[in-house]
Amino acid sequence: MPHDHHDHSHEGLSPSGHPYRADNDTDLSYWQVMEIALRELLIKKGHLTAAQIHAQVNAMDSRSPANGARVVARAWVDPEFKAALLDNAGEASRAMGFDIGPMHLIALENTDKVHNVVVCTLCSCYPRNLLGLPPDWYKSRAYRSRTVIEPRKVLSEFGLIIPEQMQVRVHDSTADMRYIVVPAQPEDSFGLSEGELVAWVTRDSMIGVSLPLAPQ
Amino acid sequence: MKVRVKSHWPPGHIRTPAYLRGKIGQIERRIGLFNNPEGTAYRQPGPQRELVRVRFRMAEIWGARAERGEDEIEVEIYSHWLEPV
Repeated sequence: MPHDHHDHSHEGLSPSGHPYRADNDTDLSYWQVMEIALRELLIKKGHLTAAQIHAQVNAMDSRSPANGARVVARAWVDPEFKAALLDNAGEASRAMGFDIGPMHLIALENTDKVHNVVVCTLCSCYPRNLLGLPPDWYKSRAYRSRTVIEPRKVLSEFGLIIPEQMQVRVHDSTADMRYIVVPAQPEDSFGLSEGELVAWVTRDSMIGVSLPLAPQ
Repeated sequence: MKVRVKSHWPPGHIRTPAYLRGKIGQIERRIGLFNNPEGTAYRQPGPQRELVRVRFRMAEIWGARAERGEDEIEVEIYSHWLEPV
């Protein structure tokens, strides 16, 4: 192994100028040991195979906000689909072909009177089966506690100022439902095709902390 | 329909946020029957509970400290936590 014997230091920056990241040589935490023990037991007792577990991890990693963007873009161009989405977002997403498992999904429509934003104060509930893993800030204590107390201040820190006459509606995802915000379609994007509109729908606009953006 | 979230403080796996206990809101929609996490978290069988979305005004929750009293919070609450007002 060529790296076993070397005389250069791993302090500072690499020759190509990137910082070194420490190897993860620390002991396993209590919960990491618990996860490994549970996984190995499930495999040993024949409930699951390692390949099945890996396939599920892979399936979750392959989900991304692009899925939600396709749902929103269709709602923008197809009023019938939008009505179905607002009636039952889970069924409407499945009908588009997305495998979202047993997730119960509610779509929240932003209008010129109401701005919706989603938080989970108790943990980090997020529509992972459609949008993939949540951003780190969504799970932070600050976002989770402040969004129900001072949503306008939190949104302003994301660069989003909600006019005083508009209603802010915070959705605390406490139980069995998951939420996706359907942002209002920007005027600049009127007339574009469904395929073109997908690029305007950002992850953050479906959480409610920003608006759709013209693709760069 | 107006409801109040019960001001109970039991131990265990409770999905009713503390900041809403004792607060009054309006039922926004009824979602259907779901397993009660207070039991399932401990593998205790029990009846399913109706899950209800309740809409609260910020002024009701935070009083004069509210950023804007007319803004709203909507939350899912299991029906056994709700009492009619």
